[in-house]
Amino acid sequence: MKHLKATTFLIAAALAGQAMAQEAGGRLDIVVQPEPPGLMLGLVQNGPTQLVAGDIYEGLLRYTTELEPEPGLAESWEISEDGLTYTFHLHEGVTWHDGEPFTAEDVVFSADVFLRETHARLRASLAYVDTIEAVDDTTVVFTLKEPFGPFISVFEVGTMPMVPKHIYEGTDFATNEMNATPIGTGPFKFEAWEKGSFIHLVKNEDYYIDGLPYLDEVYYRVIPDAASRAVAFETGEVDVLPGGSVENWDVARLTEMDGVCSTGSGWEFFAPLAWMWLNNREGPTADVRFRQAIMYAMDREFVRDVVWNGFGKIPTGPVASVTNFYSADVPQYPHDPDKAKALLEEMGYDGQTVRLLPLPYGETWQRWAEAVRQNLSEVGINVEIDAADVAGWNEKTSQWDYDMAFTYLYQYGDPALGVSRNYTADRIQKGSPWNNVEGYENPELDAKWAAAATMTDAAERQAAYDEIQKEIVEDVPVAWLLELEFPTIYRCNVHDLVTTGIGINDGIRNAWIEQ
Amino acid sequence: MAVIAPILGRLVKALVTLLAIAVLNFFLIHAAPGDPAVVLAGEAGAADEQMIAQLRERFGLDQPFHVQLGSYVWNIVRLDFGYSFRQGAPVLDLILDRLPATLILTLTAFCISLTLGIALGVAASARVGKASDSLLTTLALLFYATPLYWAALMAVLVFSVELGWLPGFGYETVGAGYTGLARIGDVIRHLILPASTLGLFFMAVYMRMTRASMLEVAQMDFVKTARAKGLSGPVIRRRHVLRNAILPVVTLAGLQAGQLVGGAVLTETVFAWPGIGRLMFESLAARDYNTILGVFLVSAAMVIAFNILTDLVYRLVDPRIGARA
Repeated sequence: MKHLKATTFLIAAALAGQAMAQEAGGRLDIVVQPEPPGLMLGLVQNGPTQLVAGDIYEGLLRYTTELEPEPGLAESWEISEDGLTYTFHLHEGVTWHDGEPFTAEDVVFSADVFLRETHARLRASLAYVDTIEAVDDTTVVFTLKEPFGPFISVFEVGTMPMVPKHIYEGTDFATNEMNATPIGTGPFKFEAWEKGSFIHLVKNEDYYIDGLPYLDEVYYRVIPDAASRAVAFETGEVDVLPGGSVENWDVARLTEMDGVCSTGSGWEFFAPLAWMWLNNREGPTADVRFRQAIMYAMDREFVRDVVWNGFGKIPTGPVASVTNFYSADVPQYPHDPDKAKALLEEMGYDGQTVRLLPLPYGETWQRWAEAVRQNLSEVGINVEIDAADVAGWNEKTSQWDYDMAFTYLYQYGDPALGVSRNYTADRIQKGSPWNNVEGYENPELDAKWAAAATMTDAAERQAAYDEIQKEIVEDVPVAWLLELEFPTIYRCNVHDLVTTGIGINDGIRNAWIEQ
Repeated sequence: MAVIAPILGRLVKALVTLLAIAVLNFFLIHAAPGDPAVVLAGEAGAADEQMIAQLRERFGLDQPFHVQLGSYVWNIVRLDFGYSFRQGAPVLDLILDRLPATLILTLTAFCISLTLGIALGVAASARVGKASDSLLTTLALLFYATPLYWAALMAVLVFSVELGWLPGFGYETVGAGYTGLARIGDVIRHLILPASTLGLFFMAVYMRMTRASMLEVAQMDFVKTARAKGLSGPVIRRRHVLRNAILPVVTLAGLQAGQLVGGAVLTETVFAWPGIGRLMFESLAARDYNTILGVFLVSAAMVIAFNILTDLVYRLVDPRIGARA
């Protein structure tokens, strides 16, 4: 009987929880690390900028944690049968923060003029676009030259932020004075930025969805030291630690505190995947057997459990398991030092030292490089750690001056947007760390990547990507390490903080504080 | 007149030195791997050749090296610090933005360390060999040997996390909207931890130096003469010993004062104090050439200025120096 009572109580509590009404008001303090160089999202697309500017600017679409598109500035949309015409119907009555109306003309200007000039990642997708036209004030039509499977995934705020035509048209975008006081359509307006201390956003009272946002104001706090950020959360100075803002061992400690919640959700769209670039051009890493030996030599579970405190998932290949068109049916590389030794023996590895370039993003990455070095030395590979700061890392990787180099990259929901760019020969370009840096060349697969990108039928695309993944994993162009998980840590009285696959990076309009 | 001529000479020398420093800085920063375009492209998470080329052109990095150097020197001569393309603001504005917070922190630490250091040094030397002297010198050694970074974190843990007496971060309560006296009080509360952490280290240095110097001077003949004249201990210490013993302390204080504007990177980082030290460090990591060169130049100018000032203080403390020169 007592048991039954307890159960009834639990059910009642659960129901009450669901029915809990959102409360308006309050202030949220969120850590931003490092301090963003600027807040004009059309010009700068790094992580910290999007964290803050994702509240100020908006895209046409948002994406669920299952990566399904959902309304953003566009209320509804249609895609033609042939996959060539995308028609978007915009929300009525949307205004910019300065009061000017937001119209289809702004969409055309943003995509066709502004971002074509400033946004390298979107530019690659816009190459498929023939015309962008405003049919009337609230209707925009994108016409493609040829079908592009992932096109519906490029309307996220960081990929295609809407920028105001009336402010930027005819100006030099990079030096426009308004960049310092960004104007968007988002749920929060820019109020002030005390460099080195905080960025202050306030509620957009004229937001086009009644009742939203709930919060009155948001402060993004700049605290440069990782240990200090953890302490700031402990003392109640900040309420939210976005993924990656404290070291992993602090994550475990902080989430055990009373009234502290955490979620790994909100990164499905980005799906950061970590790997080591293995220089396919020269040295031992040019030999596929050496690269396979590295995969067998590494104890990736150990790193996940110890260095990452259990956060993350062991990847099977180039596509993260949460990204569309993932396939698990690929050759496996369990931790098997004997197999690694046999492969090294077979290729006649002479003990030549290989340089390992860690990612200069803090302690965790340092330790990770040390763990990999230890694993590799256990099978007889001589590794020398060749550390550099962020600028040095960028320089070395983009100039191909490394043997093995740590990195991680976002996948943006689709292999054609965030995966193939690291493996096709046409993306071997010196000068950028975000393309085929390892120098992997496989013309047969290149053709398959290209074909899969222009398919419109999902089942057909899945079959194509299944095949690609099976083949490329055999070649080990890079050593896949971990599907990273960056838990967002927050106080439990903050609700609905993460509601999409982009998490707190695309506007926290639904977040509210239980008083 | 006798004072002004050497100062003018020093000023001319100072300007030449400053220019040489500027050129040297320029070479050094360009010798570091990577450039601002690569860093910005790297952060964007995507880049193509067009983007890198655009950035280089905007930053003027597509110009030959000697042209870049030439235009930099020409700008410096005209006191134009240039524009930070990364932060989208003139470098001078960025530096001036950080100046108040920096000066509040470094000046407070400077005053605390100098006054307390000298006072404790004098006190210790007066009780040389006694228990209180041993206690003071041991404490000073402890402050001196403790890594600043660790001391700072411990201060936050004890006074901010455990006891909750003082705020651990920033230089004022964010969003509290204090004005007038309330705001000053708020800033002071935020200042206590970083300023004492930073100040304790230098206080230890001043104290040990004052004590050693006092003891040395106390052995000299003129002190014996003064004592023979029948002057009291405290008067001798203040008027005869301290005045002569203070010269090395002034030298050191001059050096520290030169760093006032350079900020204190570690302290500012741990306490999230928005000072120039952090601006410098972050600009360096981002290879924000103009900003970093601007901070270096201002710091160098301050060091030189305080060197000249220190020389003037010497003359005040010990008139013989001016007479000899």
